[in-house]
Amino acid sequence: MKVSPQEVARIAALARLGIDQDRLDTFAAQFNGILDYMDLLAQVDTEGVEPLYSPVDGPTRLREDKAESRHSREELLASAPETDGAHFVVPKIV
Amino acid sequence: MSDLHTMTLAGLREALAAGKIGAGEATAATLERIAAVEPKVRAFVTVAGERALAEARALDARGPDPARPLWGVPVAVKDVIAVKGMPTTCGSRILEHFEPCYDAFVVRRLREAGAVIVGKTNMDEFAMGSSTEKSAFGPTANPWDTTRVPGGSSGGSAAAVAAGQCFGALGTDTGGSIRQPASFCGCVGLKPTYGRVSRWGCVAYGSSLDQIGPMARTVQDTALLFQAIAGFDPQDSTCVDAALPDTPAALAACEDLAGLRIGVPREYWGQGLAPEVEAACRAALDAAAARGATLVPVELPHTPYAVAAYYIIAMAEASSNLARFDGVRYGLRDKDARELLDMYVRSRSRGFGEEVQRRIMIGTYVLSAGYYDAYYRKAAQVRRLIRQDFAEALKRCDVLCGPVSPVTAWPLGAMDADPVQMYLMDIFTISLNLAGLPGLSLPVGLGADSGLPVGLQLLGPAFGEARLLAVAGVLERALGPLPAPAGL
Amino acid sequence: MPVYEAVIGLEVHAQLRTESKLFCACSTRFGQEPNTNVCPVCAGMPGTLPVLNARAVEYAVMMALAVGCRVNRVNVFARKNYFYPDLPLGYQISQFDLPLAEGGSVTIDAGAGPKVVGITRIHMENDAGKSIHSQAENVSFVDLNRAGTPLIEIVSEPDMRSPEEAEAYLRALHSVVTWLGICDGNMEEGSFRCDANVSIRPVGQREFGTRTELKNMNSFRNVRRAIAYEIARQEDLLADGGAVVQQTRLFDADKGVTHAMRGKEEAHDYRYYPDPDLLPVEISETMIADLRAALPELPAARRARFESALGLPPEAVAALTADRALSDYYEAAVAAYDEPRKVANWMLSEMLRRLNDTGVGVADCALAPEGFAAIVRMVEEGAVSQKSGRDMFAALFAGGGDPEAYAREHGLAQVSDSAALEAAVDAVLAANPAEVEAYRAGKTKLMGFFVGQVMRATKGQANAKLLNEIITARLG
Repeated sequence: MKVSPQEVARIAALARLGIDQDRLDTFAAQFNGILDYMDLLAQVDTEGVEPLYSPVDGPTRLREDKAESRHSREELLASAPETDGAHFVVPKIV
Repeated sequence: MSDLHTMTLAGLREALAAGKIGAGEATAATLERIAAVEPKVRAFVTVAGERALAEARALDARGPDPARPLWGVPVAVKDVIAVKGMPTTCGSRILEHFEPCYDAFVVRRLREAGAVIVGKTNMDEFAMGSSTEKSAFGPTANPWDTTRVPGGSSGGSAAAVAAGQCFGALGTDTGGSIRQPASFCGCVGLKPTYGRVSRWGCVAYGSSLDQIGPMARTVQDTALLFQAIAGFDPQDSTCVDAALPDTPAALAACEDLAGLRIGVPREYWGQGLAPEVEAACRAALDAAAARGATLVPVELPHTPYAVAAYYIIAMAEASSNLARFDGVRYGLRDKDARELLDMYVRSRSRGFGEEVQRRIMIGTYVLSAGYYDAYYRKAAQVRRLIRQDFAEALKRCDVLCGPVSPVTAWPLGAMDADPVQMYLMDIFTISLNLAGLPGLSLPVGLGADSGLPVGLQLLGPAFGEARLLAVAGVLERALGPLPAPAGL
Repeated sequence: MPVYEAVIGLEVHAQLRTESKLFCACSTRFGQEPNTNVCPVCAGMPGTLPVLNARAVEYAVMMALAVGCRVNRVNVFARKNYFYPDLPLGYQISQFDLPLAEGGSVTIDAGAGPKVVGITRIHMENDAGKSIHSQAENVSFVDLNRAGTPLIEIVSEPDMRSPEEAEAYLRALHSVVTWLGICDGNMEEGSFRCDANVSIRPVGQREFGTRTELKNMNSFRNVRRAIAYEIARQEDLLADGGAVVQQTRLFDADKGVTHAMRGKEEAHDYRYYPDPDLLPVEISETMIADLRAALPELPAARRARFESALGLPPEAVAALTADRALSDYYEAAVAAYDEPRKVANWMLSEMLRRLNDTGVGVADCALAPEGFAAIVRMVEEGAVSQKSGRDMFAALFAGGGDPEAYAREHGLAQVSDSAALEAAVDAVLAANPAEVEAYRAGKTKLMGFFVGQVMRATKGQANAKLLNEIITARLG
């Protein structure tokens, strides 16, 4: 197995996800199955090939430096799970 | 008015423009149809009945407007696309109650064109899936056989169109998510060239792969929707400022396929194709030849690597695109968590389904130190080779064609066991997203064995949507329409 | 016991003085009510997308050119992935493999002569918001006003060897960014921030020792203090047989110490990859050439010129090149009246005093540099008295105007015509023979009396200096 269940748990933590202990083995098996499939790419000769990260050619567009305000604080805080009316409120890091 | 839903979008809009039907009437009939069929199909996450009626009546108050090409036409929008003041759930618990304070660019365009948005359609969670079974709100059923999947991830839009619950719908396509459900549900679906339609307001899954596109019952309907939503948007840095031809006009002007070279990629017609799919698609090829097209054998040699390359890239991009769903500013937050890290983990673990979590984790892995070159960078190199394959093939032909899917719609639950099995079903659609080219799915018949719709894919060069639609239009006329799904 | 040398590298973040944020049109104005400079883009709402600010790119290129970097004509934004409440997207949009610029330098002098400090790279990135941690409750308050503000990160080579060198380098960078006008340079407000990487090694060893990263130093002085403390701490640690642990340490300004950050230090895997919502940035040759041509003379070059060409002493040079606006004002004044030292004296006394008293910048001085120069000239040439000159400057500073006209209107013109003054002196001496006798007998204090009399007769407009000379000459 390429990636152990412990390693899978570590990746989950990196992504701020939690996998239950009892599901970890199944999940790890599926995880490895997918990675094994992806190893297919090793068969392709990519010597000297530039990676293609976007189908669109550059350059990125530049925007004029002008300030505009289209949304009020109320609108932006409207979906906040917890707010004091001015801030987003979150539990502290311990 | 109970068979208003059998009209095409084009037909309805003419009737609306001529004042034969009112916008309020059309919307009310649509809502009736939705209600009648929803218990079986479950295509919608949100039906915005009251709001749609209010909008339609407001349109009626001012009368038909010839400058607005979709005046009064009821349409549906995939729930991954932001509509202000309505829930935009992306088929996920983590956004179950989220209402954006902004409209997607395409939604603004639809409104400017006078369309009435009747609701948001169901989808695989965050567009990650090929069957709409991964929605947190339950699967959508295929109107042709409600024990089967409608395809995905735009299954809700495809089913809603096929079931007559709207006259057209928007979907999104990252690896085939418009084309495959269109083919499973017997409607037309177009994935535009990457950069043709603005992604502003489309919740990102694979940012370099995603495109919003139209789905409708006929080619002409699809062209009308496409024309309304395509075009430059300065708010999307990947949106291209290219001239937009008058697509419906191009469609109308094309009567046969004389002089057209249709490329037939060896890799798309080989083994693995269900016989009924192959038969229906070959019949379509024959019809094309009969209309004047020349068939040219071509090759897309890197096809066997497309699925692997796609999933590496899509999952990598998704892993960071979904990092913003952290319970801080919007969306689900686990209120029991007393501490920040705990809050992140609980909110995301509760809010995301298993498939989404799986993809986020694979994406995280393939970008991590030590693996980036072997996976992500390698996949991006293969991506360039795949794009080159298309460029080479398109030197020898004008469009390419092949089946959309190796099989017709499978039964609900059939692909649960092994994720990779489902991924491999994307083999014919996925390369196009890597290359960024446009593709269209056209229903070409019902499978001889299953009686379920079969879709043929037309692929073309960048910004060549007009030609794809034109060719599809000719074929559509040659083959005749599919019957409506029985039993609805 | 080996002798250790310190190896110091600095990472400086400078906020760019653009109107709007790096990837959205929100205002960058400081000090606003929380979450009022926020939009769906910088709040990381679903479906939103970034569009790059043109001026931010210009400012970044200007900085790169000003410190001699090689601009990468094509450079790429990359996502730096991590989770924190003030990072709305769950990633920072930064630059990794292909940054904006590489390979420049800055020359500093920490007292031991000029030294070149290398600059490894400069890249663009967006700033995070702010988390305010509540003391009372178990919560933090997140304000996203700052999230998305354009930053340039300037990474130095580990070329510095002392806290003083580090401070000198920081001041040099600060001088350039403020001179160019691309950054406020306000360390307290956070528009100019600095982290330090500090390690020690035995002198002569080529390998670097284990380094620590210092944060939370919000003034030049604190940077120097923190680094000094850390060097000593590491030396003590090694002397006691311990080992330096690679970690992030925060400076406590009150106690003057650094301490390790609380909580488990997770080794960061940022999983950088090119941001697919953006395309590569392309900087044209024309843009580089135009910006290079438009670069002002930089502080170091101007200092050198003031010393050599204008012959100003070092303290004057330093004071006249601390601030670009003041320096430009001075140059314009000298262009109008070619007496660099005299103009410098007036700048350093009258101008600086007024600026300090009123707390405004020279930009708020309504009197044009040519007018300032005119005042200096009028005083030096004796057209008005020193005192009148000072009074005129005070009067015209706020409202502007033409000094010559002002002098005429207010009758400030001194009588410097020798013949006229001699006549006036003769008249006074003739009218006061007793005092003349007394003066010649030794009561030299009577000079004041004679001067006063002539002043009265000329209504205070006699050129005092000349007057003294003439009376002295007449009285023998």
